[in-house]
Amino acid sequence: MTATVRDAAPVAPPAPGRSWRDRLRGPSVFVLIAVLALVVAPLLLEPFRLGLLAKYLCFGIVALGIGLAWGQGGMLTLGQGVFFGLGGYAMGMYLKLHDAGGDLPDFMVWSGVERLPALWIPFENPVFAIAFAVVGPVLLAVLLGSLVFRQRVRGAYFAILTQALAAAMVILLVGQQGLTGGTNGLTNFFDLFGQDLAADGTQRGLYVVVAAVLGVLYLVAWQLVRSRFGRLLVAIRDGEDRVRFLGYNPATIKTITFAVSAGMAGLAGALFVPVVGIISPALLGVVPSLELVVAVAVGGRFSLAGAVLGAVVMGYAKTSFSEEFADGWLYLQGALFILVMTLAPKGIFGLAATLRDLLPGRRARA
Amino acid sequence: MEAIVNQLPIGLSIGAVLLLIALGLTFTFGQMGVINMAHGEFIMAGAYTAYLLQGWAGRQAVLVALPVAFAVAGLMGLILERTAIRHFYGRPLDTLLLTWGVSLVLQQLARDLFGAPNVQVQAPAWLQGGLGILPYNRLFIFALAVGSVVAIWGYMNRTSHGRRMQAVMQNRQLAAVMGINTGRVDQRTFFIGSGLAGIAGVALTLIGPVGPALGTYYIVDAFLVVVAGGLGQLRGAVIAAVALGLLNSYAEFWTNASLAKVIVFVAIIAFLQVRPQGMFVLRSRALT
Amino acid sequence: MSGTLLEVRDLSVVFDGFRAIDGVDFTVEQGELRFLIGPNGAGKTTLIDVITGLTRPASGSVRFEGWDLVGRKEHEIVRMGVGRTFQTSVVFEQLTVVENLDLAASFRRPLWSLARRRRGVSAAVEAAMATTGLDALAARPAGVLSHGQRQWLEIGMLIAQRPRLLLLDEPVAGMSGEERSRTGELLVEIAKDHTVIVIEHDMDFLRRYASQVTVLHEGKVLVEGSVDQVRSDPRVQEVYLGRAEDRDKRPAGGGRAGAAGEGRTGSAGAEPAEGAAVGSAAGEVT
Repeated sequence: MTATVRDAAPVAPPAPGRSWRDRLRGPSVFVLIAVLALVVAPLLLEPFRLGLLAKYLCFGIVALGIGLAWGQGGMLTLGQGVFFGLGGYAMGMYLKLHDAGGDLPDFMVWSGVERLPALWIPFENPVFAIAFAVVGPVLLAVLLGSLVFRQRVRGAYFAILTQALAAAMVILLVGQQGLTGGTNGLTNFFDLFGQDLAADGTQRGLYVVVAAVLGVLYLVAWQLVRSRFGRLLVAIRDGEDRVRFLGYNPATIKTITFAVSAGMAGLAGALFVPVVGIISPALLGVVPSLELVVAVAVGGRFSLAGAVLGAVVMGYAKTSFSEEFADGWLYLQGALFILVMTLAPKGIFGLAATLRDLLPGRRARA
Repeated sequence: MEAIVNQLPIGLSIGAVLLLIALGLTFTFGQMGVINMAHGEFIMAGAYTAYLLQGWAGRQAVLVALPVAFAVAGLMGLILERTAIRHFYGRPLDTLLLTWGVSLVLQQLARDLFGAPNVQVQAPAWLQGGLGILPYNRLFIFALAVGSVVAIWGYMNRTSHGRRMQAVMQNRQLAAVMGINTGRVDQRTFFIGSGLAGIAGVALTLIGPVGPALGTYYIVDAFLVVVAGGLGQLRGAVIAAVALGLLNSYAEFWTNASLAKVIVFVAIIAFLQVRPQGMFVLRSRALT
Repeated sequence: MSGTLLEVRDLSVVFDGFRAIDGVDFTVEQGELRFLIGPNGAGKTTLIDVITGLTRPASGSVRFEGWDLVGRKEHEIVRMGVGRTFQTSVVFEQLTVVENLDLAASFRRPLWSLARRRRGVSAAVEAAMATTGLDALAARPAGVLSHGQRQWLEIGMLIAQRPRLLLLDEPVAGMSGEERSRTGELLVEIAKDHTVIVIEHDMDFLRRYASQVTVLHEGKVLVEGSVDQVRSDPRVQEVYLGRAEDRDKRPAGGGRAGAAGEGRTGSAGAEPAEGAAVGSAAGEVT
């Protein structure tokens, strides 16, 4: 194996000495995609398709966080569904209470709950609900991250722990029928800030909000990646112990990054609920969490754009294939994933580079 | 007080099953740096083996199934190791994702072969009833785990194969330089570890129904056993599995079922504050 | 500059019953260039590991400018002004040379300011590049550097940290003759305004660049003094050079006239073995 260097993450291009054309390429592609997403798509796509796209973009926001934590920081988090769920349930609780208009939410009546549980009361306030959707996941990630990273628990151990958290969360949600709606989760939402959620206009507006949030978060993540913080994150990914001897505490950097990715997942969950109209344990357990990681791997974990692209493509593929043949999708997803991991470990985005490396006698582009 | 006694066999038998599953995981993880998510499907394969053998062996299927399931699951593990996993040694996170893909395919395969609904395996008549508060089926599972641990301990410490396995686990490069065929050792470890998951699957047919997703219910907890016990540590796995099984069943009993997993999770995190590398750990001067 | 910078008292380190360091007293004054030598397993690297927080001692104290270092975490010790390199250089291969140096130089910045992008090259990084002669390679990923260049990059990162005490663990291991000379000059240059402790096997290198030498043997301090004192000490010849002579008997054909010269070849012979052991350790670092 002489290719150890090539097998690893792609080397960041050196910043100095780049021509203006090179410097402008990234931003111009970003602007182009932003225009396509924010202006062209809402005009061209029918409301149903636009709603689906909004859903994929929500997954894209989670994927962005995974790309940051895993692709850049080497923290394989298999529990992003937990954060997504916290955000989703926070939003769902607000919508439920708003729809109920002072009465008990419908599912509580069915499960025989007589008084609104104390846990629900603050979520009558939309500002609290939306703030909690971000702050809740961030706090949980800071707590878990600082406990775990401080003790130098990492790599596969960290992955296993996050997965266990996702499993525990689902069982907790399912078990607390009266509090969370159990297996069915929270659904049947009608009204968002006075707008009819079923109306085309509302859905279009929601799509624009989701796309804009994704764009802004992408810029935040991009800035983080190219800053000193981002370089440090890569350094920690490749040699955490060495970083200590540069005078940094890796646990702090990792906890911050993990918290950022958790916050992104939480916000994505809060946006997902009005777009799709449901939040339930099935959407945030072990499997959905892993599916998103898979999507990031398929898209290309080492680039933020690859991560987002992977989530959107896999979301689209899942919808269209499971419409045609539901069972085949699992085979296809499994097979696709085995293929990607063996043949293109850097994902679709890294495929070009991987192919270039495979071709003998081809000089790598300078 | 009565509750404490009543929950004991349940906790112990869950711990025993977790141990059978975790043994394979801890050795493949410790020796090869492989996180095998498809391990859960080897459990499922073992359980379905018992189900299929019913047609031939009737109510004694469970007994016949033990060696057969060991071989079936072991072979599945061997094939997986040879065809895919061996290219990913030392990259645990990549193996985790790769084998998850395999796990998805195997689950769907089981759904297509045996149908999505759960099936039942009839326990032998002599496993019904119990000794006072100790049901025979749970005692049987416990004995199975004890027997497996003794066998594994004997294998590791009393056979040349087992000693080679320990050598590879402690220092792969050095073992290779000493003339040990590490590839062969890896295959054997994978076969035995996967086979034990098959036995766990047979054991599970005694306490519940069998379905395509059977493995997914246990794999996460089994990984927690590995984390708490320490990599590749037989003693650690035994203690952690029993502790986790008991904690699980008592937490379910005293609080309620949905909180139990959260309590177990918190307990594991708390434990890692004291022993971040698990209960037992191979000491070395190397930077960790 | 004068006064005691580092003071190690009655230090013992035990690995599973084995005493790697056994009651070591060790003092380094401000501005000193101190060489630490000894046969394999003498406890040299372990001593540095204890000073930098990587290994916890069983007993004893390590005082740096009066502060006790024992029990502090690695990064806290770096922040107090103690920096080190590793036997097998560990640099960040995915980052460029200048990025490696810049990270080393930036740890005193407040955390929030790390979220900003690096613009230009700071004075500390500039100086480190000039001292180590890495200017021309600034934009290269560290992964493509040669072995010698990596060692220099590591030394450069250490300089960029601006520590008050530098610990170098075998900086010339595996280097060619020319690279050794350049590293030696670099060392002398650095020692002008830093306090430096160097672990080195290479006797020739020692003779050319060392002034004060501490010899460790089986976890204890054997001799301390100038190069000449140490070289003429019979105990040193017995444990260090004598051993080398045994190993060299066949190729060298006996005779111990040029003790120092044989020490050099002897230590060179010992290097691959230690290098291999270190390689596996470093493998876990990365």
